Amino acid sequence: MADVLVGVVVFPGSNCDHDTEYAVASFDGLRPVMLWHNEHDLKGAQAIILPGGFSYGDYLRAGSIARFSPIMQEVIEFARKGFPVLGICNGFQVLLESGLLEGALSRNRDKKFLCCQTNIRPVNCSTIFTTRYKEDDVLTIPIAHGEGNYFAPSEVIESLEEHDQIVFKYTDAAGEVTDAANPNGSLKNIAGIINRQGNVLGLMPHPERASEKLLGSLDGRPLFESLYQHILGS
Amino acid sequence: MPYTAKIKVTLRQSILDVQGKAVEHALKNLGYGTVESARIGKYIEVTINEQDQLQAERIANEISQKLLSNPVMENYSFELEPVK
Repeated sequence: MADVLVGVVVFPGSNCDHDTEYAVASFDGLRPVMLWHNEHDLKGAQAIILPGGFSYGDYLRAGSIARFSPIMQEVIEFARKGFPVLGICNGFQVLLESGLLEGALSRNRDKKFLCCQTNIRPVNCSTIFTTRYKEDDVLTIPIAHGEGNYFAPSEVIESLEEHDQIVFKYTDAAGEVTDAANPNGSLKNIAGIINRQGNVLGLMPHPERASEKLLGSLDGRPLFESLYQHILGS
Repeated sequence: MPYTAKIKVTLRQSILDVQGKAVEHALKNLGYGTVESARIGKYIEVTINEQDQLQAERIANEISQKLLSNPVMENYSFELEPVK
């Protein structure tokens, strides 16, 4: 059977593109294909990942300029057709700026750029990205961001909750959602959300950096496995 | 005659402005006891080569909404001046 192609978008300033490429390539059956921001061709990708980094130097607002790049017009179209799109860190910021996800990410509560391991819990394991997790799993996955403080108006938060669109929350090591375990001030400890249609996920933690034992955690792997299973089944 | 749009983008009041807070604390530390708050925004000058003021205004509004501000957390305002 032919490999499933996963497109990894490369913006000027992306810096997790090769980590993501490496992580994707480590799965049997998945093959990464790099997509340059100036192109319009998704090269047959069956899923798209927007990696972390500082696209366009984070000028103006994180993700705001990347959102208008040529490749993003195709990614937005691809997402609207229902194909899987995953945004990690800066990729999450790009998805919010694109309007594919709701809300915004502002400066971390304590002003610091945070680069550390965090605990998160998959609070919705029925999405196409999380079927390989269990809701009581407490994952160790690193974050590395200065603007990860998730905000949305209260009616948006209510709607996200009502439709089970909150997918990951920051927790303590015991899996409790507490303020002390909230690294950046995100509302409701939100670490990742999905769109209503269920095909576009954005999260601040980096599953691609938690996909190899040497790096201290394998907890990111089930996310890619879930996605692979979904694509095989569809 | 072209116009210059002088656009200000500010964080909405409901959004915690951590940069502004740091500046506020620094000003207080400098002894400015009457300083109550500081908030940081962005100032952007855009020259628009349009002869018609209304058209320039329409463009300034459109670019502010589309790219220069994020309506989820920011407000914008602008003044339009003819380029001398």
